[in-house]
Amino acid sequence: MSTEQPLPVIDHDSAPYWQAAHEGRLDIPLCGDCGKHHFYPRAICPHCHSDNLNFDTVSGRGEVHTFTIARRPAGPAFADDVPYVVALIELEEGPRMMSRIQTDDPEKVHIGAKVEVTFVKASDEITFPYFTMT
Amino acid sequence: MKNGRDPVIVGLADAPIEGGKFVTKASVLGHAALVAKAAVEEAGLTLDDVDGLLTAGMWGVPGPGQLATVTLGEYLGIMPTYVDGTNIGGSAFEAHVAHAAMALREGYCEVALIVYSSDQKSLRSRNLGGRPSVLSMQHETPYGMPTPVGGYAMAAQRHMHEYGTTSENLAEIAVATRKWAQLNPAATRRDPLTVDDVMSSTMISEPLHLLDCCLVTDGAGAIVMTTAERAKDLRTKPVAVKGYGEAHTHWAIAEMPDLARLLPAQKAGETAMKMAGVSPSDIDVVEVYDSFTITVLLTLEALGFCKIGEGGDFVSGQRTAPGGAFPMNTNGGGLSALHPGMYGIFLLIEATRQLRGVCGDRQVAGAETALVHGTGGTLSSGATVILQKD
Repeated sequence: MSTEQPLPVIDHDSAPYWQAAHEGRLDIPLCGDCGKHHFYPRAICPHCHSDNLNFDTVSGRGEVHTFTIARRPAGPAFADDVPYVVALIELEEGPRMMSRIQTDDPEKVHIGAKVEVTFVKASDEITFPYFTMT
Repeated sequence: MKNGRDPVIVGLADAPIEGGKFVTKASVLGHAALVAKAAVEEAGLTLDDVDGLLTAGMWGVPGPGQLATVTLGEYLGIMPTYVDGTNIGGSAFEAHVAHAAMALREGYCEVALIVYSSDQKSLRSRNLGGRPSVLSMQHETPYGMPTPVGGYAMAAQRHMHEYGTTSENLAEIAVATRKWAQLNPAATRRDPLTVDDVMSSTMISEPLHLLDCCLVTDGAGAIVMTTAERAKDLRTKPVAVKGYGEAHTHWAIAEMPDLARLLPAQKAGETAMKMAGVSPSDIDVVEVYDSFTITVLLTLEALGFCKIGEGGDFVSGQRTAPGGAFPMNTNGGGLSALHPGMYGIFLLIEATRQLRGVCGDRQVAGAETALVHGTGGTLSSGATVILQKD
């Protein structure tokens, strides 16, 4: 990974998520009223609009909902990574999140493939949740 | 029932481009002003008659373009009393027609001017890959998501998985659209194109190839709307705005409710067709946003021209090409005519020209009712307009 990779600008909604990822956990909001998880983290639940939310450590398991193999990089920061797989992961708990699939063989990635989170440190503050096929 | 305040389109103009670049030497706002002036003058009006101004500019963002109507009004030297800077991406202009129609019916304005201009090709500035990694994009940009193509690729991948749609199906759209471009002297790409050419073009973001993607060009266009009553004294034959609808669902692609189904188009299309009292079988000519080939396929399904999942079959056999059963994107579309960042206004211009019957070699015989559908963002927003020959 190039050192120029853009890093997230953390805000009050996302701080607990990024802090947990940095500590090796996948924490996403869980609604105390409707009982549903959501992602990305918000101040109100996008399902029932309650603000009774708490971060919950989830399994880190899910499946590939869809993906693309980038044959051209999204800017110079990603030039060394090509070809790379950007995917939408559907977590076991329901929400979808974007991430990378770490693989030596992008052609093996397919919709429905089972995946598991792996944490990759990018800076002193930021650790990304990537996924590998299981 | 007809009403004197029913909204109509009475003026049009677009800027000449060659090799995808503006021919005239003027700034991006200069091109906006030149097409605005041409469009009002075509109708027999002047810029001083304009009291409604609608635009979605991206001029020097985060600079002046942040307040697009204000910037443009100043440049034109006018003081509009109805403004709308709705920006929902490339579909903004279909939404502008809807909003202008409501303002005209309400008596809130008399002459509405909708304008777009971009010199992105001349500036070589087309790169949305650097979306700042803030708010929802902090969960997208760091992963190297190629934007906007990556989101469309993910939708195509999902459609292929669920319905067995193929790259050949998508290529059929690019090829048929090129055939229309070959009939349009103003189109940028007019060289022959085959399904094999599309399939063997460079892979950009799987499963989308280079020739599944729209062009990057300059472009400027303007539309003038007024009431049916006012149009009686004007030079052009008015085209009636019979129905409109709009919707959006997401910005980040991970938030798209169903990646194989274009809900904004379904909702906007239903609303617009119900208002106009038409169904898909009543439409003579269709102009739909073709940022990518998959955009067209998802849009045709969502608007009800075929069943969900059957878009691949629907577009095969060059059905949408000149001479085919389903005339679509008759100027050569964003894929082959022009695509200056946001393309929606050009869909409206082409549909209106078809209903005026001035399209020469590419004229669809007997075109009386047209459907225009814009898509913006990353399959984020949709806005439909139904136009009818008066």
